[in-house]
Amino acid sequence: MRRRIVLVTLLGVFIGITIWITQMDTLRYMHPKTYGDLARQTWNHIKMVGIAELLAIGVGVPLGVLVTRPGLKKFATPVIGTANVGQTIPSLAVVAIMAPILGYRFESAIIALFVYSLLPVLRNSFTGINDIDPAIIESAKGMGMSRLQIALKIELPLALPIIMAGIRTSTVICVGTATLAVLIGGEGLGKIILAGLYTQIPLLILQGAAPTAALAVILDTLLGGFESWMTPRGLKKS
Amino acid sequence: MEVWNYINGHWLTIGNWTLDHLWLIFVSNSIAVLIGVSLGIFIAGKGREEIADTVLYLAGIMMTIPSLALFGLLMPALSAMNLPAIGFLPAVIALILYGQLPILRNTYTAIREVDPAMIEAGRGMGMTPRQILVKIKLPLAVPVIMAGLRNAVVINIGIATIAVFIGARGLGVPIFRGLRTSRMDMIITGAIFVSMLALIADGLLAIAENKLTPEGLKR
Amino acid sequence: MITLENVTKTYSDGTEAVKGVSFEIKDGNLCVLLGPSGCGKTTTMKMINRLIPITEGNIYIDSKDTKTMDENELRRDIGYAIQEIGLFPHMTVKDNIATVPTLKNWDKEKKEKRAEELLTLMGMDPDEFLEKYPTELSGGQKQRVGVARSLGADPPIMLMDEPFGAIDPITRDRLQDEFINIQEEIQKTIVFVTHDINEAIKMGDKVALMKDGELIQYSTPAELLAAAKNKFVRDFVGSDRTLKSLRLMKVEDAMKKSPRVVRKDDDLSEVASIMEEEDLTYLIVVEDGRKLKGWINRQDIESESGVVEDVMSESTGAAELGTSLAEGLTIMLERDVANLPVVDEYGTLQGIVTFNDLQSLIGETYTERGGKHPEVTQ
Ligand SMILES: Nc1ncnc2c1ncn2[C@@H]1O[C@H](COP(=O)(O)OP(=O)(O)OP(=O)(O)O)[C@@H](O)[C@H]1O
Ligand SMILES: [Mg+2]
Repeated sequence: MRRRIVLVTLLGVFIGITIWITQMDTLRYMHPKTYGDLARQTWNHIKMVGIAELLAIGVGVPLGVLVTRPGLKKFATPVIGTANVGQTIPSLAVVAIMAPILGYRFESAIIALFVYSLLPVLRNSFTGINDIDPAIIESAKGMGMSRLQIALKIELPLALPIIMAGIRTSTVICVGTATLAVLIGGEGLGKIILAGLYTQIPLLILQGAAPTAALAVILDTLLGGFESWMTPRGLKKS
Repeated sequence: MEVWNYINGHWLTIGNWTLDHLWLIFVSNSIAVLIGVSLGIFIAGKGREEIADTVLYLAGIMMTIPSLALFGLLMPALSAMNLPAIGFLPAVIALILYGQLPILRNTYTAIREVDPAMIEAGRGMGMTPRQILVKIKLPLAVPVIMAGLRNAVVINIGIATIAVFIGARGLGVPIFRGLRTSRMDMIITGAIFVSMLALIADGLLAIAENKLTPEGLKR
Repeated sequence: MITLENVTKTYSDGTEAVKGVSFEIKDGNLCVLLGPSGCGKTTTMKMINRLIPITEGNIYIDSKDTKTMDENELRRDIGYAIQEIGLFPHMTVKDNIATVPTLKNWDKEKKEKRAEELLTLMGMDPDEFLEKYPTELSGGQKQRVGVARSLGADPPIMLMDEPFGAIDPITRDRLQDEFINIQEEIQKTIVFVTHDINEAIKMGDKVALMKDGELIQYSTPAELLAAAKNKFVRDFVGSDRTLKSLRLMKVEDAMKKSPRVVRKDDDLSEVASIMEEEDLTYLIVVEDGRKLKGWINRQDIESESGVVEDVMSESTGAAELGTSLAEGLTIMLERDVANLPVVDEYGTLQGIVTFNDLQSLIGETYTERGGKHPEVTQ
């Protein structure tokens, strides 16, 4: 209940600020962004995050699962090690480095986002399966389940909540990184924030920042709900 | 090659940026530790479960807000209070906020998860609640708190890079300038240095974490 | 002395865990709190060091009301050992044992000496274990360190909540034996919680049997076995309580003192006439200073010439003083003899236990069952 109040209050503040600024006539020497601009950049933001995230899931989940398989386990250490190191590298560094490699364009932005989103998904997919109690697998084998059955009926359901948590973390980080991706040719709410920063108009910055914050909080809440919906009841903590 | 030339020609400047970056991290994380650990100890207290839940939830939400957006939210708020809206102060405030969650959450869970048998034994031998906190709970929580600090520092090194947008100094400067002026050598230099800084800090804090872990808890 | 006076505990959720319990524990005694799970043993014990506040009634230690004392000071003077042991993993064995001495600001040397002393008392080599961490100890060793820690500042009183609970039966048995020996030496006033009747009988000077928060019977283990107050006690004690009581009694409790003896160099003619006159089927043979030698049976005396030694049979076994009757019975059944001589540690004859005496003794513990013949003697 308290959580709901906190959530609704925060979202109310963010959205309220957005509406308040959008209603203004002028911000110093220029007009505020229109609702149309906001809607378009919000959509662009979601689109970038969506594409990058889908790519990250498409690559990260299979790769993470693959390196848990007996024959491929030797690749686990380098792959997961790389993911861990990658996670340590600041997002701005990852985004910025794409400019000299791929140039300033939308695709560079997507690729930067994809690379940075990949890491949490990859890592959680690996640990989700790797950390399953061997006794559970053992007893499944003992009951005569085939490898495929074990994978589908035991490993996947048990790992799914953890994989989902990885996707959630990754998406939230991606929303933030996407604000930076406009520096190398991306689109989205970051554009408004940056415009405000360059023109030194705090309210313009706020007009971009408030909806970005709302977007991040909403996505996180939705994915959090999804995550707990997907968690088998027996695995939930009280 | 250009990158090498750039580094060669500007090592003093790069050194300065690095120091600025470190100073920013040092100041903000020191404060974050103080606040996070005390708040964590406080909300881990008896009968504060509801407060704890709310505080942790709020801190969790904080973390989801993109740093650039948080800077955007901070600036007008600070100028409304007649405080400097750009430069060191907003950067420090943002970093304190971001550093909070890992430290706070780790302190809280570490203290809550101390084996009740241990606390029972301490109480039974006549330890005061304070002695139980200082002699049992905190030593057992130190490694976990350290892990939180390590996490916070790594996150903050990244966010401090972004703080150049609001006028803070640090290794974000060459990246930012490079991006605006298409100076690839500057971008790469900045990216490399800040990444190295993050990796080294992570490694050093891992060592510190290990050193601070009480002998009997290692294995 | 610990005195409980009408002690009652009602938890905030309304559970009446302890209801008006009164009893007294003498100095140097080990009092076992016994009873089924949930009967309020732990609650009763923890009210003594005020880990759980008393709802009603009073607890006195040496006639001082515990309510009037500072609770932390009180606890520092009462040793405390729990089932989960609760050793501090970040402290060495030495620091664990020195917990209370540290709280009492003992100086370093004194603490160190005390830790060494206690480890030695527990049968652990100080050189090997003082600097070890709890994770490096076996279950039994942890339990010993737990007990050592509760003895840390040499408290006159100890509370022990199933201190040997989390341990395999064989090690537990050994720890119990060791602890009995230790207690003989240290003579603490101990409150010992268990739900194991055998442990209670073995360890206790007194047993407080509880049920649903009430004290049902407070007596010595022997009385508990011999004179159960009601059906609950009988059931709790179990149907094999004859065997249990035999385990509890010593051979000297059942032996006839100074039985008739003959010396190994006595004349057979003399011995034969004594046996005839007094209608004895056998006699014990001793040598100098009443040292047990063997037996002489009436039917073995064929001629009247010679001495006892010529026809006697060598002793097939005797019980030393302090042997439990259960063991004595085992010896008799194994050797197939109806009489068991009792000797002291030098082999000097002290008395004799006969199968008949044993039977009537067992019969007594069954009086309330109408003297049914006990199956154990068959
Ligand atoms: N903190 C508490 N709040 C409410 N009820 C409690 C609390 N602690 C114990 N009880 C209840 O009081 C009763 C006695 O508990 P206690 O722990 O003293 O039992 P016990 O004899 O030690 O049992 P066991 O052998 O299982 O340890 C039980 O019914 C228990 O459920
Ligand atoms: Mg209990």
